[in-house]
Amino acid sequence: MSKFKKKSGGGTPAISTASLPDIVFMLLFFFMVTTVMREVTLLVKNEKPFATEIKKLEKKNLVTYIYVGKPKKSLLTTYGSEPKIQLNDAFASLKDIKEFVFAERDEISEEEQNQMTVSIKADEEVKMGLISDIKQELRKAEALKINYSTRKGEVYDR
Amino acid sequence: MAKGKRAVPEINAGSMADIAFLLLIFFLVTTTMDVDSGINRKLPPYEPDIETDPPPPIKEKNLFTVLVNSNDGLLVEDNYMDITELRAAALEFLDNNGDLSCDYCEGSRSPSSSDNPKKAIVSLQNDRGTSYKLYIAVQNELAAAYNELRERESQKRFGKAYADLTDEEEIKEIKGLYPQVISEAEPVNLGG
Repeated sequence: MSKFKKKSGGGTPAISTASLPDIVFMLLFFFMVTTVMREVTLLVKNEKPFATEIKKLEKKNLVTYIYVGKPKKSLLTTYGSEPKIQLNDAFASLKDIKEFVFAERDEISEEEQNQMTVSIKADEEVKMGLISDIKQELRKAEALKINYSTRKGEVYDR
Repeated sequence: MAKGKRAVPEINAGSMADIAFLLLIFFLVTTTMDVDSGINRKLPPYEPDIETDPPPPIKEKNLFTVLVNSNDGLLVEDNYMDITELRAAALEFLDNNGDLSCDYCEGSRSPSSSDNPKKAIVSLQNDRGTSYKLYIAVQNELAAAYNELRERESQKRFGKAYADLTDEEEIKEIKGLYPQVISEAEPVNLGG
């Protein structure tokens, strides 16, 4: 008696596809984890400036976004071409920022409130006057940690 | 008993892959891979016109003034400058070591520039008409100058890139060698 039976020769055995679902599931989970659903519909043109010295924003639940830019082409006739501020899904004025920040802060648990970051996503054509006004409002609302959202790339042609 | 021995028919799992593929394609389509990143800054607390003690006097040579006008022109230390030269100029200023107290600096030790990196302050003022693009570019170049110096020290002391440092103490030490002090004045309407 031998423990090692000679393999029956002849014919290529069919490749088992039983592990195919496992592979697909693996991919599925990867994409499920990395996926970020876009929460707001952009009403403003948002071409962010380039920068190289950037840091990733971690802890998404602690981040609040403020969008700044000219209204999109389809909205130009209704809202004009002056850069505007967008909070959540609607245009807002400078005065609304304070209230918005307070509301957003309330949604964060108490012990993490001091880590709240406000990400300013401004279009590169926006003038600093408006950005400074926003920063001033944020200072009044005591949201002092800010992040200038940028794209990764050189700031000038070398 | 015969009941217990009855064979349970096997469920056909052949379509499992199809279902998984369907879900996979859904997430593939909805996924946005862009990670939010940007330049982190801290704003000073708001103080509504309370009479505070005058700030301690700072020597003119320890200040690196950067002015940006509404035409996106740059005035650095009273000289016109192109954005491409800003990084090198900031680096030279920070690493100057005027009072010879900084033994790790490699600067030119000019008596008319900053005393040491701990005293060096970058002062930034822009016009209300300055474009956000240039503002970010200036912020980026200034941060790059600091990072370049920190990177050098990190390599020298720990033989590792500054970004790869994991020990809190080490990061603190490097940050302490070149503290990033960028003072931003409120924007003015300089015009022109």
